[in-house]
Amino acid sequence: MSRRRLWTAQLEADALAIVVGLAAAHLAFCVLVWLYGESPWAMSRELFVGTWGTPYGAGQVLFKATPLFFTGLAVHVALRAGLFNVGVEGQLAVASLAVGALGAHLPLHVHAVVAWPLLFAVAMGSGALWSLLPAVLRSRFGTHEVITTILMNRLAGVAVNVALGVGLAEAGSVRTPDVVLGAHLPRLSTLFPPLRGSAVSFAAPIAVATVIVVVVLLPRTRYGREAVLVAANPVACAAERIPVGRRLLESLVISGALAGLASLGTVLGYKGYYEQGLGAGAGVTGIAVAMLGRGRIVGMLVAALLFGMLAQGGLVLNAHVPMEVMEVLQAVVVLAVALGDGAVRRQVMEALRSVAVRAEARV
Amino acid sequence: MLAQTLRASVPYVLAAQGGVWSERSGVVNVALEGTMLVGGLVSVAVALTTGSLAAGIAAAALSGALVGLVHVCAVELGRVDGIVSGLAINLAAAGGTRVLLRAWYGSSSNSPSLAGGSSASTGLALLGRALVDPMTLVMLVVVIATPFVLQRTRLGLRVRGCGESPEVLRAAGVSVSRTRAIAVAVGCALAALGGAALALEQRQFQSGMSGGRGFIALAAVVLAGWRPGRATLACAAFAILDAVQVVLQGQARALEGLLQALPYLATLVALVVFVRRQTSGGAPAALGRAERTS
Repeated sequence: MSRRRLWTAQLEADALAIVVGLAAAHLAFCVLVWLYGESPWAMSRELFVGTWGTPYGAGQVLFKATPLFFTGLAVHVALRAGLFNVGVEGQLAVASLAVGALGAHLPLHVHAVVAWPLLFAVAMGSGALWSLLPAVLRSRFGTHEVITTILMNRLAGVAVNVALGVGLAEAGSVRTPDVVLGAHLPRLSTLFPPLRGSAVSFAAPIAVATVIVVVVLLPRTRYGREAVLVAANPVACAAERIPVGRRLLESLVISGALAGLASLGTVLGYKGYYEQGLGAGAGVTGIAVAMLGRGRIVGMLVAALLFGMLAQGGLVLNAHVPMEVMEVLQAVVVLAVALGDGAVRRQVMEALRSVAVRAEARV
Repeated sequence: MLAQTLRASVPYVLAAQGGVWSERSGVVNVALEGTMLVGGLVSVAVALTTGSLAAGIAAAALSGALVGLVHVCAVELGRVDGIVSGLAINLAAAGGTRVLLRAWYGSSSNSPSLAGGSSASTGLALLGRALVDPMTLVMLVVVIATPFVLQRTRLGLRVRGCGESPEVLRAAGVSVSRTRAIAVAVGCALAALGGAALALEQRQFQSGMSGGRGFIALAAVVLAGWRPGRATLACAAFAILDAVQVVLQGQARALEGLLQALPYLATLVALVVFVRRQTSGGAPAALGRAERTS
């Protein structure tokens, strides 16, 4: 009975935080729009019409949200273990380059059944590789992963630059050659004709499925359960013989692997090649998604869709309100959610306290 | 070469000293990068409007202090994790500076250039130019003043106390939040000055011009065990790497990638080599723990 009470309190608190986050986003949007001399009402309406109002718009929102499903999940996995994986940007850049380059050099008539698992594995492996160094540094030496992952991001920019220059790119450009036919991810419009014209591909449902599967499976694995304990109190865990260093390492590596999948939709599903700078920003937004989503499946999906909507909306409203405003909006949302977190945490603590009091009274 | 190093070191050193001020008081500050951007834009904007460099510099410091206040309020009052707040500030600064650039100057990548300044670009002339630059003077003052203030004044003692054991300070009747607010405001003002140095050096503001310097400055602080003197040395090392890049630019194309990666690789290596195992690397004991009101 008391555990039920705690669970409901947490659910309520999370739902409240998500709603508050959405409200804060809209409020900030209105304020920023008003500062630009436009009517918040008109802009909000245009935003909705341009995104959810047409099947094309909805498809675009899904397309923009696809990388965010992955990056939000990646950040969330690391966050569970108390780690901030700010390196998602670099991880997804390296992985996307690898996928683009490999996809272009596969045998011409390779079948999708062979190509897709291979490319997915390469994406995950590259992302994990890029998070390996920060992971080791954190688990062995305690070096703060925020600094190391940010440095890896910068390194990724240079590495991609060098790799493209050294021969991975097509002559005279900063993109890889087109991937072979079998590697393409078909657009969703093949299944849902109304979505025709939009860039969303099968990567979107794959992304959603990944989020669901990972979030559901994690607490059912030993790693998943211990990672949360490590975040709460590493010293106690060490005393209980829980391998703290290993759990930290695994968390960052898994996070990197998930981040690597982020640009699959863009590289394989839309463009058909990797271009320098593709997917930039998805990592940072992924942090916002993870914070807003609070680890709930619905939360993260809603958060990713929200930011996808803002991204698409930025394009739609560009004539009236410049796109950069969306970046500021993101920051406001992150801060608003974080501020709400304090209130949320207090609520959960209250529930915990009443549970404990009741348990004591019974004894 | 010496001149280039001196030029390059000013932003790093100022930002690192800012990081020291903030983190020694117990407030994590990853927002150095964003604050540098804000300081850069404000200094150029004010200098363009008023025609006075000094006004630009002062305004930059003020804007940095404001950003710092936002950060410390979020952390102390709002109970937001310092890293989250810092990241949010960086996001807001990156987007906000571009928004303002677009709004004020019609371009989301550059501001108009400031007139004046010498055009010396090599050798002794460059060294002379670097030495008389007001920001270099500011940097020297800060480098000397910071360790002095932190170690020898009452304010400095309080700041350090907030970082090591805030409970003791609270028991003594000192407001931990207020001291932290001062420390972070000073710290971010310094970081903003670093950004101003960067922008004024180039005589214009370019979007994203801090280019990761804020994070490297933070890494320098960590490497130096949160000691201002050593942080300056670490920044000097990074400045040398920057200078090497500039000097060797255009020569040896093949090495260009390696040169660009050098600062980051060097930082990573240094973080591994110089890490101290005791008490989380010598960090202030209360770093990251918000003031707890019962």
